[in-house]
Amino acid sequence: MSTGTLKSTRVWEAVLPALVALGLAAVLGDLLILSFGESPAAVWSLLVKGTWGNAYGVGQVLYKATTLTCTGLAFAMAGRAGLFNVGAEGQLAAGGFGAAVMGLLLPSSLPALLAVPVCLLAAMFVGGAVGALPGALRARFGASEVIVTIMLNFIVLALLNWIVSAKLHLPETLRTPDIAAGNVARLADVFAMFRGSAVNFTVLFAVAAAVASWWYLFRTRSGYELRAVGLQPDAAEYGGVKVPRVLLVSMVLSGALAGLGGVNFVLGYKGYYEEGFAGGAGFLGIAVALVGRNHPIGVLASALLFATLSQGGLAVNAVVPKQLTDILTAAVILSVATAVPEVQQQIRAAAASVTASLARKQPQGGES
Amino acid sequence: MMVLAFVLQAIRIAVPYLLAAAGGVMSERVGIIALGLEGLMLSGAFGAALGSYYGNSPWAGLFGALVAGGFVTSLLAISTIRYRANQVVVGVAINLIVAASTRYFLRLVFDSSSNSPRVPGFGGENAGNALLASFVNPVVWIGLAALPALGWVLYRTPFGLRARAVGEKPEAAATLGVAVNPMRLKGLYIAGALASLGGAYLALDQHQFTDGMTAGRGFIALAAVIFGRWEPVRVAVACLLFAGAETLQIQLQGAQVVPSQFVEMIPYVLTIVALAGVVGRSVAPAALGKTD
Repeated sequence: MSTGTLKSTRVWEAVLPALVALGLAAVLGDLLILSFGESPAAVWSLLVKGTWGNAYGVGQVLYKATTLTCTGLAFAMAGRAGLFNVGAEGQLAAGGFGAAVMGLLLPSSLPALLAVPVCLLAAMFVGGAVGALPGALRARFGASEVIVTIMLNFIVLALLNWIVSAKLHLPETLRTPDIAAGNVARLADVFAMFRGSAVNFTVLFAVAAAVASWWYLFRTRSGYELRAVGLQPDAAEYGGVKVPRVLLVSMVLSGALAGLGGVNFVLGYKGYYEEGFAGGAGFLGIAVALVGRNHPIGVLASALLFATLSQGGLAVNAVVPKQLTDILTAAVILSVATAVPEVQQQIRAAAASVTASLARKQPQGGES
Repeated sequence: MMVLAFVLQAIRIAVPYLLAAAGGVMSERVGIIALGLEGLMLSGAFGAALGSYYGNSPWAGLFGALVAGGFVTSLLAISTIRYRANQVVVGVAINLIVAASTRYFLRLVFDSSSNSPRVPGFGGENAGNALLASFVNPVVWIGLAALPALGWVLYRTPFGLRARAVGEKPEAAATLGVAVNPMRLKGLYIAGALASLGGAYLALDQHQFTDGMTAGRGFIALAAVIFGRWEPVRVAVACLLFAGAETLQIQLQGAQVVPSQFVEMIPYVLTIVALAGVVGRSVAPAALGKTD
């Protein structure tokens, strides 16, 4: 029985802040729409129709959710170890770049069955390498991974900008030449209804990454150690866990997951690397993981939510500025972050009082 | 004359760094992570453009910057101090919310997706003369004075002692009768005001607000705070150093000695090196990021 209470408490803890945030976002959205002199009902219905109302909209939402799933998983993987990886933006870009370079190097005659996995590994390897530096500095010197990952974003983006603009770009553009090998097929190639939308089979890799992350975190010894370090580093250390090693591993995995997201744009959508393609998806991963409560399955659901908002902005852009949904996205992050500690406290206080009153009744029952 | 031109340009670049970094020092010294500097600056820039446009005076612009910055600071304060939200997440959210809202209101107020109309700045008709414009711009003087003044406040006044106590050992401060949260609130509002003035300088100097005009300066200021080890005078030197490197890069543009991207990296690389402790370790205030 007590585990039942615990479980429902956890579910409420996870869901309530998100509901509060969505409620607040809806009110804020109404106000913003009214400030533009439009009818909220009309704009909201336009938003829903433009996203989930037709196959193209669904395809675009799935495409955006693919990248967000990867960056969300990245933040969650580090978060489970008690680390804040604010560097997913740079890791995402680096991963996409790694995939592009590998795709350019491989001979175009290589069958996709070989080329795609090699490019995926390249993306994850480069992303993981970018994650390894803050992980190592944290593990070895105790350097704040928050600051190092933020600073590293700027360094990585500047470095990629230099490589592409100085060495690798097509004339008059900031993109690499087209990739010959390793391109991932569009979903539209198989399901014609998605024609025109960018969704591609990377979406399956993202789902697989979520399932694998779940398996790793909750079904393996290494994942258990990672979570133990996140909950109580001192206790984990006392229990024989090599904490610095776990911190490094979590950051490498985190970077690799973010790097995988780069495949979605580079191999799945455009077929080349382009400056600035990450476009904030790395930072949105924080929102995705926050609302998904750092749980891989929660991340999948929350990636769909934020992808809907992002695509929904484009759907309503003719009536109100598309930044409407960007504001709402940020408002959701802010209110979830604000509500989480409060909701936890309230629910735990309520649960504790229930447990206490049960405990008071317990001895009488035991004696009779 | 070359030297004078260099110094003047470096100061122009340094002013927003100095102001935002002063805000960063204040915020982090009372224990609140200053990840929202970028957003605070951008809100200040937008508020300055609005104020200066409608008040037809740069002073109204400064007022507008403080109002906008104060509003954003209130969001930060409610989340981090009242509700003990995670400061890293809140900082990122603040930056996103300001970037999106300024774009939204740019379209709502000025019906443009890129910039505001031309607004009055300091220096008036002499704006063409960089030397004169810098001397008559009060924000330049505030910027140059901010960090030394903050150093004096932090180390020579009871307010500063309490502020540092709250950021280092809040429990001890509370035991001695310092109200921790009100102290943090004051620190955060001072930080917000300074950072938004940094943004206001940008908008008034360029006589308009342009979308995303802070362009990462808040993060460079944060880098200066950490590279300067949270000590106001060191932080001021870090700001001038970063601005100097940028100026050099601009003036040597034709020469192509080093690709501009590598000059851009300097603040970030130095900060990481400082955090890793290769040359003298940077240690953050002990209670930074902990509000419980």
